[in-house]
Amino acid sequence: MKLLGKFFDTQRKQFSEGGKLAALYPFFEALETLFFIPGTVTQKGPHIRDNLDLKRLMSFVILSLLPPLLFGIYNTGYQSNLASGLTPKFADAFIKGLTIVLPVILVSYGVGLFWEILFASIRKHYISEGFLVTGLLFPLTLPPTIPLWQVAMGISFGVVIGKEVFGGTGRNFLNPALTGRAFLFFAYPANMTGETVWTFVSGMKTASVDVVSGATPLAIAGIKGASDLVESSLAEAGFTYLKLFWGNYPGTIGGTSTLMCLIGAIFLIVTGIASYRIMLGGVLGVLAVAYPGYVLSLFKGNPAAPMLSLHPFYHLVLGGFAFGITYMATDPVSAPGMNTAKWIYGFAIGALTVLMRIFNPAFPEGIMLVILFMNLFSPLLDHYEIQARLKKRVPNV
Amino acid sequence: MENLISIFLNSLFVGNILLAYFLGMCSFLAISKNLDTATGLGFAVTFVLAITTPANWLVYHYLLAPGALSWAGLPTIDLSFLKFITFIAVIAAIVQALEMIIDRYSPPLYTALGVFLPLIAVNCAILGVSLFMVEREYSFVESVIFGASSGIGWTLAIVTMAGIRQKLRYARVPKGLEGFGISMIIAGLMAMSFMLFSGITL
Repeated sequence: MKLLGKFFDTQRKQFSEGGKLAALYPFFEALETLFFIPGTVTQKGPHIRDNLDLKRLMSFVILSLLPPLLFGIYNTGYQSNLASGLTPKFADAFIKGLTIVLPVILVSYGVGLFWEILFASIRKHYISEGFLVTGLLFPLTLPPTIPLWQVAMGISFGVVIGKEVFGGTGRNFLNPALTGRAFLFFAYPANMTGETVWTFVSGMKTASVDVVSGATPLAIAGIKGASDLVESSLAEAGFTYLKLFWGNYPGTIGGTSTLMCLIGAIFLIVTGIASYRIMLGGVLGVLAVAYPGYVLSLFKGNPAAPMLSLHPFYHLVLGGFAFGITYMATDPVSAPGMNTAKWIYGFAIGALTVLMRIFNPAFPEGIMLVILFMNLFSPLLDHYEIQARLKKRVPNV
Repeated sequence: MENLISIFLNSLFVGNILLAYFLGMCSFLAISKNLDTATGLGFAVTFVLAITTPANWLVYHYLLAPGALSWAGLPTIDLSFLKFITFIAVIAAIVQALEMIIDRYSPPLYTALGVFLPLIAVNCAILGVSLFMVEREYSFVESVIFGASSGIGWTLAIVTMAGIRQKLRYARVPKGLEGFGISMIIAGLMAMSFMLFSGITL
């Protein structure tokens, strides 16, 4: 530790004003505060004393992302090995998953960090740790077969247009990771949706196939099956409720497992990092919209939109809802800050997600755009709640 | 009835006059700095759209459309090539008349809308809605609903934009992007988010 401290002290001269590398000071500062608490003290008020600064907050989010990340790595490898006809052993699958997922994450971090350092150096602001979260969230929402150059494109759009043009972390109004994903989704739909993108097949000799085609559970649920009940057509395709909950089926890298997202969500709520109001509101929104349709379909039989007859609890484990509501919707920058506004925001996300699943054939999985759409309204929700509270306040005499 | 509801939802979200067709951008970018004025302009646009669209429907179907003049004994005349200039004239006339009527009977509403009413006369969203109404062959009742709900959709977009710009007062935008540059980026990102509804067929 002492050695490290000395190293930073000797290098400080290079990066401070007048030094050779003064332009890269934000990078130096970010690296130093990763190891040491800065010794500088604010001279003027206001002073806020709290153990939880931005850096700590973001590292807690990273911790909470570990369950979906590790499970995602294992699951990606497992599905790939399964498709290639290899023995799906745990260690093999994990290593295989690493070879698939690690490049995606490295590219996302590398390219994102490049933009972050570039903007921080030129515009003289600090490198924010928020980027570490964005750079990890983004790859977890991608399909495993995504070409690496598209990862670079997506994270560039997310970081630059979604965040840096507004002045960096805390000043954007859309979730940067989702902005990047939405950009990829509309620019290269062939690599982001469909039946063949969800399983990575390597060119190994044992591989008997080039490409694995498998419909996602949401796609199956959206098509009128042979049987009347969507649940049974899901089960026919091998998606039981337990399997959907566990998440060991092909899908996005980190978004398949509801269980892992639940663990992350509990961690975030207990540590007070993310708002439980948004998450609970989201779950309530899903149930509130899905139940009436479900009850209606019990009386009338199979309606035109087969999703209507799906039991509401299935909506909670299908697709990326769990991942989105846990990690994306609770982004403290793009979500509203007031308490009632948070309930409304979460509820609307849940409700709209189910509505899109039922009524929008173009996007069976709309959680990404739903969250972006509600991000637009979060400043308004905040504004109106503040106005309502101001009205209630007894004026000072 | 179902038809009317689908027109309502369609022009509110799926085919939002501003974020899907990009009509009325000029006042959208210029007046969205403040939430209160944005709301005022939104109401004014809704008000005017709800009146001018059915008025233009009447004008088109009884004067301009092919064979519309048969009530005057001239069934072979087709004046539909005049629809652009006629619609603009109708809109400008109605806005002027409205301004005077409101000024006479409701001064508070006049002070709230006053500045925006002349602006609206040249708002392309107003003309656009009238032209869409002709193109989609709406009936009279449908044109009333279409006009009003397009206005509400426009209001929704401009109020949201104003909220976002209010939040972005704390943003530190690069010099070259300040003002309209960043507004265009915001509008683009908003339009991308509104793509959520793009696959719905009502």
